[in-house]
Amino acid sequence: MTSKPAKTAKISVQGVTKTFALGRETFTALDDVSIDIADHEFVTVVGPSGCGKSTLMNILAGLETPTSGRALVDGAPVSGPGPERGVIFQQYALFPWLTVRQNVEFGLRTTGVPKHERRARAEHFIELVGLEAFADALPKTLSGGMRQRCAIARAYAVDPSILLMDEPFGALDALTRVKLQEQLLKTWSQDKRTVLFITHDVDEAVFLANRVVVMAARPGRVYDVIEVDPAIERDEAFRLSPEFAALRNRVWHSVYHQEGRTAALSGSRSSTPS
Amino acid sequence: MSVLDKRGAGPGHPPPEQQPEAPSGAPSDAGPGAAKTARTRERSGRRGLTLALNALSVALGIAVWWLLASAGFKLPTPPEVVSRARTLIGDGTLGADALASLTRVLTGFALGTAVAIPVGFLMGWYGIVRGLIEPWIQFFRTIPPLAIIPLAVVAMGIDETPKIFVIFLAAFLACVISTFQGVVSVDRTLVNAARVLGAKDLTIFARVVVPASTPFILVGMRVGLGSAWATLVAAELIAAQEGLGYRMQNAQLYYDLPTIFVGLISIGVLGLLMDRILLLAERRLTRWQERR
Repeated sequence: MTSKPAKTAKISVQGVTKTFALGRETFTALDDVSIDIADHEFVTVVGPSGCGKSTLMNILAGLETPTSGRALVDGAPVSGPGPERGVIFQQYALFPWLTVRQNVEFGLRTTGVPKHERRARAEHFIELVGLEAFADALPKTLSGGMRQRCAIARAYAVDPSILLMDEPFGALDALTRVKLQEQLLKTWSQDKRTVLFITHDVDEAVFLANRVVVMAARPGRVYDVIEVDPAIERDEAFRLSPEFAALRNRVWHSVYHQEGRTAALSGSRSSTPS
Repeated sequence: MSVLDKRGAGPGHPPPEQQPEAPSGAPSDAGPGAAKTARTRERSGRRGLTLALNALSVALGIAVWWLLASAGFKLPTPPEVVSRARTLIGDGTLGADALASLTRVLTGFALGTAVAIPVGFLMGWYGIVRGLIEPWIQFFRTIPPLAIIPLAVVAMGIDETPKIFVIFLAAFLACVISTFQGVVSVDRTLVNAARVLGAKDLTIFARVVVPASTPFILVGMRVGLGSAWATLVAAELIAAQEGLGYRMQNAQLYYDLPTIFVGLISIGVLGLLMDRILLLAERRLTRWQERR
Protein backbone atom coordinates (compact mmCIF):
# COMPACT_ATOMS: atom_id res chain seq x y z
CA MET A 1 0.00 0.00 0.00
CA THR A 2 3.04 2.23 -0.31
CA SER A 3 2.63 3.81 -3.70
CA LYS A 4 -0.97 3.01 -4.43
CA PRO A 5 -3.34 5.86 -5.06
CA ALA A 6 -5.17 6.77 -1.89
CA LYS A 7 -8.59 5.63 -3.09
CA THR A 8 -7.69 2.06 -4.13
CA ALA A 9 -9.89 -0.23 -2.08
CA LYS A 10 -8.59 -3.46 -0.62
CA ILE A 11 -11.95 -5.07 -1.25
CA SER A 12 -14.27 -3.67 -3.84
CA VAL A 13 -17.71 -5.08 -4.42
CA GLN A 14 -19.17 -3.51 -7.56
CA GLY A 15 -22.83 -3.93 -8.39
CA VAL A 16 -22.96 -7.54 -7.30
CA THR A 17 -26.22 -9.36 -7.89
CA LYS A 18 -26.74 -12.97 -6.97
CA THR A 19 -29.85 -14.94 -7.81
CA PHE A 20 -30.70 -18.53 -6.99
CA ALA A 21 -33.21 -20.70 -8.74
CA LEU A 22 -35.84 -21.81 -6.25
CA GLY A 23 -37.98 -24.26 -8.13
CA ARG A 24 -39.48 -22.17 -10.91
CA GLU A 25 -38.92 -18.86 -9.19
CA THR A 26 -35.69 -17.00 -8.82
CA PHE A 27 -34.64 -15.71 -5.47
CA THR A 28 -32.52 -12.57 -5.38
CA ALA A 29 -30.05 -12.94 -2.54
CA LEU A 30 -28.09 -9.82 -3.45
CA ASP A 31 -29.36 -6.95 -5.56
CA ASP A 32 -26.78 -4.56 -6.97
CA VAL A 33 -24.59 -4.44 -3.86
CA SER A 34 -21.56 -2.17 -3.87
CA ILE A 35 -19.14 -1.81 -0.99
CA ASP A 36 -15.55 -0.56 -0.90
CA ILE A 37 -13.36 -1.53 2.01
CA ALA A 38 -10.00 0.12 2.60
CA ASP A 39 -6.87 -1.67 3.69
CA HIS A 40 -6.83 -2.46 7.45
CA GLU A 41 -10.42 -1.45 7.84
CA PHE A 42 -12.71 -3.40 10.15
CA VAL A 43 -16.17 -3.51 8.58
CA THR A 44 -19.15 -5.25 10.11
CA VAL A 45 -22.20 -6.23 8.13
CA VAL A 46 -25.45 -6.55 10.01
CA GLY A 47 -28.93 -7.26 8.76
CA PRO A 48 -32.02 -9.43 9.10
CA SER A 49 -31.79 -13.05 8.04
CA GLY A 50 -32.18 -13.46 4.31
CA CYS A 51 -30.40 -10.19 3.52
CA GLY A 52 -27.66 -12.07 1.73
CA LYS A 53 -24.84 -11.23 4.10
CA SER A 54 -23.49 -14.76 4.07
CA THR A 55 -23.81 -14.88 0.29
CA LEU A 56 -21.75 -11.71 0.09
CA MET A 57 -19.07 -13.31 2.22
CA ASN A 58 -19.09 -16.51 0.19
CA ILE A 59 -18.62 -14.50 -2.98
CA LEU A 60 -15.62 -12.71 -1.50
CA ALA A 61 -14.26 -16.02 -0.22
CA GLY A 62 -14.56 -17.41 -3.74
CA LEU A 63 -16.97 -20.14 -2.70
CA GLU A 64 -19.74 -18.67 -4.83
CA THR A 65 -19.75 -16.57 -7.98
CA PRO A 66 -21.90 -13.48 -8.52
CA THR A 67 -24.65 -13.64 -11.13
CA SER A 68 -23.60 -10.18 -12.27
CA GLY A 69 -21.25 -7.50 -11.05
CA ARG A 70 -17.69 -7.94 -9.79
CA ALA A 71 -15.92 -8.64 -6.54
CA LEU A 72 -12.36 -7.36 -6.54
CA VAL A 73 -9.62 -7.97 -4.04
CA ASP A 74 -6.51 -5.83 -4.49
CA GLY A 75 -7.97 -4.78 -7.81
CA ALA A 76 -8.17 -8.33 -9.18
CA PRO A 77 -11.44 -10.20 -9.60
CA VAL A 78 -12.02 -13.05 -7.13
CA SER A 79 -11.86 -16.42 -8.81
CA GLY A 80 -12.03 -19.24 -6.32
CA PRO A 81 -10.79 -19.41 -2.75
CA GLY A 82 -7.26 -18.42 -1.90
CA PRO A 83 -5.05 -18.31 1.17
CA GLU A 84 -4.82 -14.51 1.02
CA ARG A 85 -8.44 -14.46 2.18
CA GLY A 86 -8.92 -16.21 5.49
CA VAL A 87 -12.43 -17.36 6.36
CA ILE A 88 -13.85 -18.02 9.79
CA PHE A 89 -17.09 -19.93 9.85
CA GLN A 90 -19.84 -19.82 12.40
CA GLN A 91 -19.64 -23.61 12.84
CA TYR A 92 -15.89 -23.36 13.63
CA ALA A 93 -15.16 -25.92 10.89
CA LEU A 94 -12.20 -27.35 12.74
CA PHE A 95 -11.04 -30.72 11.47
CA PRO A 96 -12.15 -32.91 14.37
CA TRP A 97 -9.49 -35.57 13.74
CA LEU A 98 -6.65 -33.05 14.06
CA THR A 99 -5.32 -31.47 17.24
CA VAL A 100 -5.36 -27.71 17.74
CA ARG A 101 -1.78 -27.51 16.50
CA GLN A 102 -2.46 -29.69 13.46
CA ASN A 103 -5.53 -27.62 12.64
CA VAL A 104 -3.51 -24.43 12.78
CA GLU A 105 -0.81 -26.05 10.63
CA PHE A 106 -3.30 -27.30 8.03
CA GLY A 107 -3.16 -24.24 5.80
CA LEU A 108 0.60 -24.02 6.19
CA ARG A 109 0.95 -27.59 4.95
CA THR A 110 -1.23 -27.00 1.91
CA THR A 111 0.79 -23.93 1.00
CA GLY A 112 4.03 -25.88 1.37
CA VAL A 113 5.62 -24.14 4.34
CA PRO A 114 8.58 -26.25 5.55
CA LYS A 115 8.09 -28.21 8.74
CA HIS A 116 10.15 -26.25 11.26
CA GLU A 117 8.71 -22.95 10.11
CA ARG A 118 5.23 -24.41 10.19
CA ARG A 119 5.76 -25.44 13.77
CA ALA A 120 7.04 -22.03 14.82
CA ARG A 121 4.26 -20.14 13.10
CA ALA A 122 1.56 -22.37 14.51
CA GLU A 123 3.09 -21.93 17.95
CA HIS A 124 2.99 -18.16 17.56
CA PHE A 125 -0.65 -17.97 16.58
CA ILE A 126 -1.76 -20.52 19.14
CA GLU A 127 -0.15 -18.28 21.74
CA LEU A 128 -1.76 -15.22 20.21
CA VAL A 129 -5.21 -16.68 20.89
CA GLY A 130 -4.16 -18.08 24.26
CA LEU A 131 -4.51 -21.78 23.51
CA GLU A 132 -0.93 -22.88 24.21
CA ALA A 133 -2.04 -25.20 27.02
CA PHE A 134 -4.37 -26.97 24.59
CA ALA A 135 -2.11 -27.22 21.55
CA ASP A 136 -2.26 -31.00 21.51
CA ALA A 137 -5.93 -31.32 22.43
CA LEU A 138 -8.56 -32.56 20.00
CA PRO A 139 -11.38 -30.13 19.17
CA LYS A 140 -13.95 -32.31 20.93
CA THR A 141 -12.33 -31.52 24.27
CA LEU A 142 -12.57 -27.76 23.71
CA SER A 143 -15.41 -25.40 24.57
CA GLY A 144 -17.13 -23.47 21.81
CA GLY A 145 -15.16 -20.32 22.54
CA MET A 146 -11.86 -22.19 22.49
CA ARG A 147 -12.80 -23.83 19.21
CA GLN A 148 -13.46 -20.47 17.64
CA ARG A 149 -10.14 -19.14 18.94
CA CYS A 150 -8.45 -22.12 17.33
CA ALA A 151 -10.25 -21.33 14.07
CA ILE A 152 -9.05 -17.72 14.31
CA ALA A 153 -5.47 -18.90 14.86
CA ARG A 154 -5.81 -21.24 11.89
CA ALA A 155 -7.02 -18.42 9.65
CA TYR A 156 -4.29 -16.07 10.85
CA ALA A 157 -1.53 -18.66 10.40
CA VAL A 158 -1.66 -18.65 6.60
CA ASP A 159 -1.09 -14.90 6.78
CA PRO A 160 -4.13 -13.66 4.87
CA SER A 161 -4.39 -9.95 4.21
CA ILE A 162 -8.16 -10.24 4.55
CA LEU A 163 -10.24 -11.99 7.17
CA LEU A 164 -13.82 -12.86 6.30
CA MET A 165 -15.80 -13.78 9.37
CA ASP A 166 -19.29 -15.23 9.03
CA GLU A 167 -21.08 -14.80 12.37
CA PRO A 168 -18.09 -16.34 14.12
CA PHE A 169 -19.47 -15.81 17.62
CA GLY A 170 -23.10 -16.47 16.75
CA ALA A 171 -23.21 -19.86 18.45
CA LEU A 172 -21.59 -18.70 21.69
CA ASP A 173 -23.18 -17.52 24.90
CA ALA A 174 -23.25 -13.79 25.60
CA LEU A 175 -20.40 -13.79 28.13
CA THR A 176 -18.04 -15.77 25.93
CA ARG A 177 -18.99 -13.61 23.00
CA VAL A 178 -18.01 -10.39 24.73
CA LYS A 179 -14.68 -11.92 25.74
CA LEU A 180 -13.95 -13.14 22.27
CA GLN A 181 -14.87 -9.78 20.75
CA GLU A 182 -12.34 -8.09 22.98
CA GLN A 183 -9.77 -10.73 22.25
CA LEU A 184 -10.37 -10.50 18.52
CA LEU A 185 -9.81 -6.73 18.65
CA LYS A 186 -6.65 -7.29 20.69
CA THR A 187 -5.36 -9.80 18.16
CA TRP A 188 -6.37 -7.52 15.31
CA SER A 189 -4.72 -4.43 16.80
CA GLN A 190 -1.47 -6.36 17.23
CA ASP A 191 -1.65 -7.73 13.72
CA LYS A 192 -3.90 -5.65 11.50
CA ARG A 193 -5.77 -7.16 8.61
CA THR A 194 -8.72 -6.05 6.57
CA VAL A 195 -11.76 -7.59 8.22
CA LEU A 196 -15.25 -8.15 6.95
CA PHE A 197 -17.29 -9.35 9.88
CA ILE A 198 -20.83 -10.62 9.39
CA THR A 199 -23.17 -10.62 12.36
CA HIS A 200 -26.80 -10.40 13.32
CA ASP A 201 -25.94 -8.80 16.65
CA VAL A 202 -26.25 -5.01 16.65
CA ASP A 203 -24.03 -4.55 19.73
CA GLU A 204 -21.33 -6.69 18.20
CA ALA A 205 -21.53 -4.79 14.92
CA VAL A 206 -21.13 -1.43 16.65
CA PHE A 207 -18.45 -2.51 19.11
CA LEU A 208 -16.08 -4.01 16.56
CA ALA A 209 -16.47 -1.81 13.53
CA ASN A 210 -14.87 1.16 11.92
CA ARG A 211 -17.90 1.03 9.69
CA VAL A 212 -21.22 -0.75 10.04
CA VAL A 213 -22.95 -1.78 6.85
CA VAL A 214 -26.65 -2.43 7.40
CA MET A 215 -28.32 -4.63 4.85
CA ALA A 216 -31.97 -5.14 4.00
CA ALA A 217 -33.64 -8.34 2.87
CA ARG A 218 -35.75 -9.39 -0.10
CA PRO A 219 -33.85 -8.48 -2.13
CA GLY A 220 -30.58 -8.30 -0.21
CA ARG A 221 -29.13 -4.82 -0.53
CA VAL A 222 -27.11 -2.22 1.32
CA TYR A 223 -29.55 -0.19 3.37
CA ASP A 224 -27.37 2.08 5.42
CA VAL A 225 -23.73 2.69 6.32
CA ILE A 226 -22.75 4.01 9.73
CA GLU A 227 -19.24 5.22 10.49
CA VAL A 228 -17.67 4.60 13.87
CA ASP A 229 -14.66 6.71 14.78
CA PRO A 230 -11.67 4.34 14.59
CA ALA A 231 -9.84 6.42 17.18
CA ILE A 232 -12.18 5.27 19.93
CA GLU A 233 -10.66 2.79 22.35
CA ARG A 234 -12.77 -0.37 22.20
CA ASP A 235 -13.12 -1.36 25.83
CA GLU A 236 -15.74 -1.78 28.47
CA ALA A 237 -15.96 1.97 28.94
CA PHE A 238 -16.88 2.35 25.28
CA ARG A 239 -19.40 -0.44 25.52
CA LEU A 240 -21.15 1.38 28.39
CA SER A 241 -20.73 4.90 27.03
CA PRO A 242 -23.50 7.17 25.71
CA GLU A 243 -21.71 7.34 22.33
CA PHE A 244 -22.02 3.59 22.06
CA ALA A 245 -25.68 3.77 23.04
CA ALA A 246 -26.30 6.43 20.40
CA LEU A 247 -24.57 4.42 17.68
CA ARG A 248 -26.37 1.30 18.78
CA ASN A 249 -29.65 3.18 18.58
CA ARG A 250 -28.93 4.27 15.09
CA VAL A 251 -27.92 0.87 13.86
CA TRP A 252 -30.82 -0.74 15.70
CA HIS A 253 -33.34 1.49 13.96
CA SER A 254 -31.68 0.91 10.67
CA VAL A 255 -31.88 -2.86 11.14
CA TYR A 256 -35.28 -3.24 12.75
CA HIS A 257 -37.26 -0.39 11.25
CA GLN A 258 -36.44 -0.60 7.61
CA GLU A 259 -39.02 0.91 5.29
CA GLY A 260 -41.50 -1.67 4.14
CA ARG A 261 -40.27 -4.10 6.72
CA THR A 262 -42.08 -2.49 9.64
CA ALA A 263 -45.34 -2.83 7.77
CA ALA A 264 -44.64 -6.49 7.07
CA LEU A 265 -43.86 -7.10 10.73
CA SER A 266 -47.04 -5.49 12.05
CA GLY A 267 -49.00 -7.27 9.36
CA SER A 268 -47.80 -10.67 10.46
CA ARG A 269 -48.41 -9.83 14.10
CA SER A 270 -52.05 -8.82 13.69
CA SER A 271 -53.32 -12.16 12.43
CA THR A 272 -52.36 -15.33 10.66
CA PRO A 273 -54.05 -15.27 7.27
CA SER A 274 -53.93 -17.96 4.54
CA MET B 1 -29.83 -41.53 25.04
CA SER B 2 -29.84 -42.62 28.63
CA VAL B 3 -30.37 -40.70 31.81
CA LEU B 4 -26.71 -41.34 32.53
CA ASP B 5 -25.80 -39.07 29.64
CA LYS B 6 -24.41 -36.06 31.38
CA ARG B 7 -23.20 -34.16 28.39
CA GLY B 8 -26.35 -34.35 26.35
CA ALA B 9 -24.58 -33.26 23.19
CA GLY B 10 -26.45 -34.70 20.27
CA PRO B 11 -24.45 -35.57 17.15
CA GLY B 12 -23.74 -32.55 15.06
CA HIS B 13 -24.29 -30.08 17.83
CA PRO B 14 -21.44 -28.38 19.55
CA PRO B 15 -21.20 -29.54 23.13
CA PRO B 16 -22.16 -27.10 25.82
CA GLU B 17 -19.32 -25.14 27.30
CA GLN B 18 -17.51 -27.78 29.28
CA GLN B 19 -15.03 -25.54 30.93
CA PRO B 20 -15.37 -21.91 31.81
CA GLU B 21 -13.88 -19.75 29.16
CA ALA B 22 -10.33 -18.95 30.13
CA PRO B 23 -9.50 -15.25 30.15
CA SER B 24 -7.49 -14.24 27.14
CA GLY B 25 -3.93 -15.49 27.20
CA ALA B 26 -4.34 -17.39 30.46
CA PRO B 27 -6.17 -20.72 30.20
CA SER B 28 -7.55 -21.97 33.49
CA ASP B 29 -4.99 -24.06 35.36
CA ALA B 30 -7.52 -26.77 36.22
CA GLY B 31 -7.86 -27.42 32.49
CA PRO B 32 -9.88 -30.32 31.15
CA GLY B 33 -7.79 -32.78 33.22
CA ALA B 34 -9.77 -32.79 36.44
CA ALA B 35 -13.15 -33.11 34.77
CA LYS B 36 -11.79 -35.85 32.53
CA THR B 37 -10.51 -38.13 35.30
CA ALA B 38 -13.82 -37.90 37.11
CA ARG B 39 -15.63 -38.78 33.94
CA THR B 40 -13.27 -41.71 33.26
CA ARG B 41 -13.81 -43.07 36.74
CA GLU B 42 -17.55 -42.84 36.38
CA ARG B 43 -17.38 -44.52 33.01
CA SER B 44 -15.19 -47.41 34.20
CA GLY B 45 -17.58 -48.00 37.09
CA ARG B 46 -20.45 -48.20 34.64
CA ARG B 47 -18.47 -50.56 32.45
CA GLY B 48 -17.82 -52.88 35.42
CA LEU B 49 -21.54 -53.07 36.09
CA THR B 50 -22.28 -53.78 32.44
CA LEU B 51 -19.72 -56.60 32.37
CA ALA B 52 -21.18 -58.16 35.48
CA LEU B 53 -24.65 -58.02 33.95
CA ASN B 54 -23.31 -59.56 30.72
CA ALA B 55 -21.70 -62.44 32.63
CA LEU B 56 -24.86 -63.01 34.66
CA SER B 57 -26.93 -63.12 31.49
CA VAL B 58 -24.63 -65.69 29.86
CA ALA B 59 -24.70 -67.89 32.97
CA LEU B 60 -28.50 -67.67 33.06
CA GLY B 61 -28.72 -68.58 29.40
CA ILE B 62 -26.61 -71.70 29.91
CA ALA B 63 -28.69 -72.63 32.92
CA VAL B 64 -31.91 -72.35 30.91
CA TRP B 65 -30.36 -74.42 28.12
CA TRP B 66 -29.34 -77.10 30.63
CA LEU B 67 -32.79 -77.07 32.18
CA LEU B 68 -34.50 -77.47 28.82
CA ALA B 69 -32.11 -80.25 27.84
CA SER B 70 -32.78 -82.20 31.03
CA ALA B 71 -36.51 -81.52 30.73
CA GLY B 72 -36.55 -83.78 27.70
CA PHE B 73 -36.21 -81.34 24.81
CA LYS B 74 -34.08 -82.63 21.92
CA LEU B 75 -30.98 -80.80 23.07
CA PRO B 76 -27.57 -81.96 24.15
CA THR B 77 -26.59 -80.90 27.65
CA PRO B 78 -23.71 -78.45 28.13
CA PRO B 79 -21.32 -81.18 29.42
CA GLU B 80 -22.03 -83.29 26.33
CA VAL B 81 -21.18 -80.36 24.10
CA VAL B 82 -18.03 -79.58 26.05
CA SER B 83 -16.82 -83.16 25.85
CA ARG B 84 -17.54 -83.25 22.11
CA ALA B 85 -15.65 -80.00 21.69
CA ARG B 86 -12.70 -81.60 23.55
CA THR B 87 -12.70 -84.58 21.18
CA LEU B 88 -12.95 -82.36 18.10
CA ILE B 89 -10.16 -80.13 19.32
CA GLY B 90 -8.07 -83.16 20.34
CA ASP B 91 -8.17 -84.82 16.91
CA GLY B 92 -7.57 -81.51 15.17
CA THR B 93 -10.91 -81.46 13.36
CA LEU B 94 -12.19 -78.27 14.95
CA GLY B 95 -8.92 -76.43 14.34
CA ALA B 96 -8.81 -77.44 10.68
CA ASP B 97 -12.48 -76.57 10.19
CA ALA B 98 -12.13 -73.19 11.85
CA LEU B 99 -9.03 -72.44 9.82
CA ALA B 100 -10.75 -73.38 6.56
CA SER B 101 -13.79 -71.25 7.40
CA LEU B 102 -11.75 -68.30 8.58
CA THR B 103 -9.60 -68.40 5.46
CA ARG B 104 -12.68 -68.26 3.28
CA VAL B 105 -14.34 -65.50 5.22
CA LEU B 106 -11.25 -63.37 5.57
CA THR B 107 -10.31 -63.76 1.90
CA GLY B 108 -13.81 -62.85 0.75
CA PHE B 109 -14.05 -60.03 3.26
CA ALA B 110 -10.62 -58.60 2.40
CA LEU B 111 -11.39 -58.65 -1.31
CA GLY B 112 -14.86 -57.22 -0.69
CA THR B 113 -13.67 -54.23 1.34
CA ALA B 114 -10.64 -53.68 -0.90
CA VAL B 115 -13.00 -53.20 -3.83
CA ALA B 116 -15.80 -51.52 -1.89
CA ILE B 117 -13.76 -48.67 -0.42
CA PRO B 118 -12.44 -47.22 -3.70
CA VAL B 119 -15.77 -47.82 -5.43
CA GLY B 120 -17.64 -46.14 -2.58
CA PHE B 121 -15.26 -43.17 -2.71
CA LEU B 122 -15.65 -42.80 -6.46
CA MET B 123 -19.43 -42.99 -6.17
CA GLY B 124 -19.49 -40.36 -3.46
CA TRP B 125 -17.05 -38.03 -5.19
CA TYR B 126 -18.12 -38.25 -8.83
CA GLY B 127 -21.77 -37.96 -9.77
CA ILE B 128 -21.11 -39.77 -13.04
CA VAL B 129 -19.65 -42.85 -11.33
CA ARG B 130 -22.53 -42.85 -8.92
CA GLY B 131 -25.07 -42.71 -11.72
CA LEU B 132 -23.36 -45.60 -13.50
CA ILE B 133 -22.81 -47.91 -10.55
CA GLU B 134 -25.62 -47.23 -8.14
CA PRO B 135 -28.42 -49.11 -9.99
CA TRP B 136 -26.35 -52.30 -9.96
CA ILE B 137 -25.52 -52.02 -6.32
CA GLN B 138 -29.09 -51.28 -5.35
CA PHE B 139 -30.25 -54.20 -7.47
CA PHE B 140 -27.78 -56.73 -6.10
CA ARG B 141 -28.44 -55.51 -2.61
CA THR B 142 -31.99 -56.79 -2.83
CA ILE B 143 -30.79 -60.27 -3.81
CA PRO B 144 -29.59 -62.25 -0.80
CA PRO B 145 -26.02 -63.38 -1.57
CA LEU B 146 -27.15 -66.94 -0.94
CA ALA B 147 -29.48 -66.71 -3.92
CA ILE B 148 -26.40 -66.21 -6.07
CA ILE B 149 -25.02 -69.61 -5.07
CA PRO B 150 -26.70 -71.64 -7.84
CA LEU B 151 -25.42 -69.20 -10.43
CA ALA B 152 -21.97 -69.11 -8.84
CA VAL B 153 -21.70 -72.90 -8.87
CA VAL B 154 -22.69 -73.15 -12.50
CA ALA B 155 -20.42 -70.33 -13.56
CA MET B 156 -17.42 -71.03 -11.32
CA GLY B 157 -17.49 -74.73 -10.52
CA ILE B 158 -17.37 -76.25 -7.09
CA ASP B 159 -13.94 -75.34 -5.76
CA GLU B 160 -13.14 -72.42 -3.46
CA THR B 161 -13.97 -69.73 -6.03
CA PRO B 162 -17.78 -69.69 -5.77
CA LYS B 163 -17.62 -69.86 -1.96
CA ILE B 164 -15.27 -66.92 -1.73
CA PHE B 165 -17.21 -65.08 -4.40
CA VAL B 166 -20.44 -65.25 -2.46
CA ILE B 167 -18.71 -64.07 0.71
CA PHE B 168 -17.00 -61.33 -1.28
CA LEU B 169 -20.32 -60.14 -2.61
CA ALA B 170 -21.88 -60.02 0.85
CA ALA B 171 -18.98 -58.02 2.29
CA PHE B 172 -18.71 -55.74 -0.73
CA LEU B 173 -22.37 -54.74 -0.79
CA ALA B 174 -22.44 -53.88 2.90
CA CYS B 175 -19.23 -51.91 2.80
CA VAL B 176 -19.71 -50.02 -0.46
CA ILE B 177 -22.99 -48.48 0.64
CA SER B 178 -21.63 -47.12 3.88
CA THR B 179 -18.41 -45.85 2.32
CA PHE B 180 -20.51 -44.02 -0.23
CA GLN B 181 -22.72 -42.63 2.54
CA GLY B 182 -19.61 -41.52 4.40
CA VAL B 183 -18.27 -39.56 1.45
CA VAL B 184 -21.63 -38.00 0.66
CA SER B 185 -22.16 -36.87 4.22
CA VAL B 186 -18.79 -35.17 4.66
CA ASP B 187 -19.57 -31.76 6.13
CA ARG B 188 -19.49 -29.18 3.33
CA THR B 189 -18.15 -26.62 5.77
CA LEU B 190 -15.04 -28.73 6.34
CA VAL B 191 -14.47 -28.99 2.61
CA ASN B 192 -14.93 -25.22 2.30
CA ALA B 193 -12.61 -24.64 5.24
CA ALA B 194 -9.93 -26.70 3.51
CA ARG B 195 -10.49 -24.86 0.25
CA VAL B 196 -10.11 -21.42 1.79
CA LEU B 197 -6.92 -22.67 3.43
CA GLY B 198 -5.56 -23.26 -0.04
CA ALA B 199 -6.23 -27.00 -0.41
CA LYS B 200 -6.80 -28.37 -3.91
CA ASP B 201 -9.02 -31.35 -4.80
CA LEU B 202 -6.44 -34.05 -4.15
CA THR B 203 -5.50 -32.63 -0.76
CA ILE B 204 -9.15 -32.21 0.17
CA PHE B 205 -9.73 -35.81 -0.74
CA ALA B 206 -6.77 -37.22 1.16
CA ARG B 207 -6.87 -34.95 4.19
CA VAL B 208 -10.58 -34.20 4.62
CA VAL B 209 -12.80 -36.70 2.81
CA VAL B 210 -10.85 -39.82 3.79
CA PRO B 211 -10.58 -39.07 7.51
CA ALA B 212 -14.11 -37.71 7.69
CA SER B 213 -15.57 -40.86 6.18
CA THR B 214 -13.41 -43.28 8.16
CA PRO B 215 -16.11 -43.86 10.79
CA PHE B 216 -18.60 -44.80 8.08
CA ILE B 217 -16.11 -47.11 6.39
CA LEU B 218 -15.36 -48.89 9.64
CA VAL B 219 -19.04 -49.36 10.36
CA GLY B 220 -19.41 -50.69 6.83
CA MET B 221 -16.54 -53.10 7.42
CA ARG B 222 -18.16 -54.38 10.57
CA VAL B 223 -21.48 -54.91 8.84
CA GLY B 224 -19.60 -56.45 5.91
CA LEU B 225 -17.78 -58.87 8.16
CA GLY B 226 -21.09 -59.79 9.74
CA SER B 227 -22.69 -60.57 6.38
CA ALA B 228 -19.56 -62.41 5.21
CA TRP B 229 -19.64 -64.60 8.27
CA ALA B 230 -23.40 -65.11 7.92
CA THR B 231 -22.95 -66.30 4.35
CA LEU B 232 -20.25 -68.79 5.31
CA VAL B 233 -22.33 -71.81 6.29
CA ALA B 234 -24.43 -71.67 3.16
CA ALA B 235 -21.35 -71.13 1.02
CA GLU B 236 -19.91 -74.28 2.52
CA LEU B 237 -22.94 -76.14 1.17
CA ILE B 238 -21.06 -76.08 -2.10
CA ALA B 239 -19.14 -79.33 -2.00
CA ALA B 240 -16.83 -78.40 0.83
CA GLN B 241 -14.45 -80.94 2.35
CA GLU B 242 -13.91 -79.09 5.59
CA GLY B 243 -15.12 -76.02 7.41
CA LEU B 244 -17.45 -75.31 10.30
CA GLY B 245 -20.52 -75.16 8.07
CA TYR B 246 -19.58 -78.39 6.33
CA ARG B 247 -19.00 -80.12 9.68
CA MET B 248 -22.45 -79.12 10.88
CA GLN B 249 -24.18 -80.30 7.72
CA ASN B 250 -22.31 -83.56 8.00
CA ALA B 251 -23.37 -83.91 11.63
CA GLN B 252 -26.94 -83.28 10.59
CA LEU B 253 -26.86 -86.47 8.49
CA TYR B 254 -25.89 -88.48 11.55
CA TYR B 255 -28.23 -86.71 13.93
CA ASP B 256 -25.14 -85.60 15.84
CA LEU B 257 -26.48 -82.71 17.92
CA PRO B 258 -23.39 -82.06 20.09
CA THR B 259 -21.22 -81.52 17.00
CA ILE B 260 -23.81 -79.11 15.60
CA PHE B 261 -23.68 -77.21 18.87
CA VAL B 262 -19.90 -77.10 18.84
CA GLY B 263 -20.05 -75.74 15.30
CA LEU B 264 -22.66 -73.10 16.20
CA ILE B 265 -20.79 -71.94 19.27
CA SER B 266 -17.49 -71.81 17.36
CA ILE B 267 -19.07 -69.68 14.63
CA GLY B 268 -20.57 -67.38 17.24
CA VAL B 269 -17.38 -67.01 19.24
CA LEU B 270 -15.16 -66.46 16.19
CA GLY B 271 -17.63 -63.95 14.75
CA LEU B 272 -17.76 -62.09 18.02
CA LEU B 273 -13.96 -62.04 18.29
CA MET B 274 -13.53 -60.63 14.79
CA ASP B 275 -16.18 -58.02 15.43
CA ARG B 276 -14.48 -56.97 18.67
CA ILE B 277 -11.15 -56.62 16.87
CA LEU B 278 -12.75 -54.36 14.28
CA LEU B 279 -14.54 -52.43 17.01
CA LEU B 280 -11.22 -51.86 18.74
CA ALA B 281 -9.69 -50.62 15.49
CA GLU B 282 -12.70 -48.37 15.01
CA ARG B 283 -12.34 -46.88 18.49
CA ARG B 284 -8.71 -46.28 17.87
CA LEU B 285 -9.08 -44.70 14.45
CA THR B 286 -12.05 -42.54 15.34
CA ARG B 287 -11.00 -41.41 18.79
CA TRP B 288 -11.54 -37.83 17.62
CA GLN B 289 -15.27 -38.34 17.26
CA GLU B 290 -17.65 -36.88 19.76
CA ARG B 291 -19.41 -39.83 21.29
CA ARG B 292 -22.39 -40.03 23.45
